[in-house]
Amino acid sequence: MHIPPFSGFGLGMRKPHYAAFLEGRVDVDFVEVISENFMVDGGQPRRILREVRERYPVALHGVSMSVGSAEPIDPDYLKRLRALVDEIEPLFVSDHLCWTGIGGFNSHDLLPLPYDEETLEVVAANVGRAQDALGRAMLIENPSSYIAFGHSTMTEWEFLDALCERSGCGLLLDVNNIFVSASNHGFDALAYLAGVPAHRVRQVHLAGHSKGEALLIDTHDQPVCASVWDLYAHLIGRLGPVATMIERDDAIPPLDELLDELAIARHLSAQSLREAA
Amino acid sequence: MSLLALQQDFRAWLHLGQAPSDARFSTDARAGLDVYQNNFRGQIVACLDESFAVTRAWLGEEAFQAAIVAHAARVPPGSWSLDHYPDDFPSTLAYLYPADAEVTELATLELALGHAFVAADAVPVVAGDLAGVDWDMARLHLSPSLRITPVTTNAPAIWSAITAETSPPPVTLLPDGGEILVWRSGETPRFRTTDQAEADALRHVGEGMLFGTLCTALVDAGGDDPATVAGRWLAQWISDGLIVEIEGEARCVN
Repeated sequence: MHIPPFSGFGLGMRKPHYAAFLEGRVDVDFVEVISENFMVDGGQPRRILREVRERYPVALHGVSMSVGSAEPIDPDYLKRLRALVDEIEPLFVSDHLCWTGIGGFNSHDLLPLPYDEETLEVVAANVGRAQDALGRAMLIENPSSYIAFGHSTMTEWEFLDALCERSGCGLLLDVNNIFVSASNHGFDALAYLAGVPAHRVRQVHLAGHSKGEALLIDTHDQPVCASVWDLYAHLIGRLGPVATMIERDDAIPPLDELLDELAIARHLSAQSLREAA
Repeated sequence: MSLLALQQDFRAWLHLGQAPSDARFSTDARAGLDVYQNNFRGQIVACLDESFAVTRAWLGEEAFQAAIVAHAARVPPGSWSLDHYPDDFPSTLAYLYPADAEVTELATLELALGHAFVAADAVPVVAGDLAGVDWDMARLHLSPSLRITPVTTNAPAIWSAITAETSPPPVTLLPDGGEILVWRSGETPRFRTTDQAEADALRHVGEGMLFGTLCTALVDAGGDDPATVAGRWLAQWISDGLIVEIEGEARCVN
């Protein structure tokens, strides 16, 4: 299953900005929405997404597939996501390298995984099941994490590389998540960027984070920080053109502020591509 | 330690606060574990805050937050969708406030309005669709958004007052009880209260009873002017947009 590349610049579409996207007056090449917000039977959410889809390519980004749970993915979830995929014909379908629940419990958070052979088997099998159910390849995103497991035998980028090989999935690389996890666990973010399989990356997320007492927290409530912009420029020099977007999920600012951030991404991408040429 | 065992331990940490063994982690994990637990609790609080704004206003902040804590301990989230987590909250309120039925009824009404907002789409029948319908043999299909729930208090009036940011009336019990119909009109959830007879009629219709059979049942029940009652209900249901298809033996509308 091949995922065609796409190299535009987009935004995560959130409620305060629905009207602008419905009017088609936002200068973006694509939008991304949280899949679960639209996996409903009907009503206003589905109508809005259908109308936005008439104006922009749409990427579906999930938070609840739970490919890392040591049990199969909920079939009802896959059935509903497939129905949404069939209706929207999205640019990409993505979810996270994480687990969200087990045994009838759901945390609704992106929980961390040990990176070892057992986990790789579990995740590859679940991604395979999901791709079969959806009839298309997915993108898997690297999460921010706040703990690391002593019995991990691989780095996160080695794990993602192996996962792509086994399952045929692509990657959604979140540069802020790399920065946050690198800070929290003490690894080299540049080594991460050098280690990911560049040919598998189809999309890049940029977001902001907050500083907790002991850890950086992936809060999506701040502008992208300078260090993450530096990493992004470095990454584009390695990847070449790739679909890039800004995520903001809390303290959502006026649309113009997000478009200003996206303009920085466009500028840095163009500059990196010139330098790499 | 298997992945399954690790995840079961992590679940116990999130839900019950039972910390996993430090031996699992490469470094001191307490700060990180706290981040995950705070995220989990924050999601639950935000979900119930958003879903039950009127109930929260009625109970007051302190009592509402205590109810959330009680609910989280009693019913951990299970569905892939956080939107499903509010479903059991009214039952927790019934447990916490057994003598204050209006609390549970307010929450039940808010929950039903939320469900109606994202219920399946269906185009309601309009008056112009009715010509030639054989009413004796007509089977009415109700809006998929319709929910019917009993009510014993003036919770609907309290909801309306709080939503309009006016002073809510004192709680009163309805002498004969009643029912609340909740549905979606266009993209807007709506509700109205009614009596047991109309609610039961809608339940029968929803289960497939022919309209003619419903009219016969009204006659057999010996009420006043059953034909007028049935006609009034039908007109109201169509006006409300509760009927989305009329299926007859010979023809279909919509």
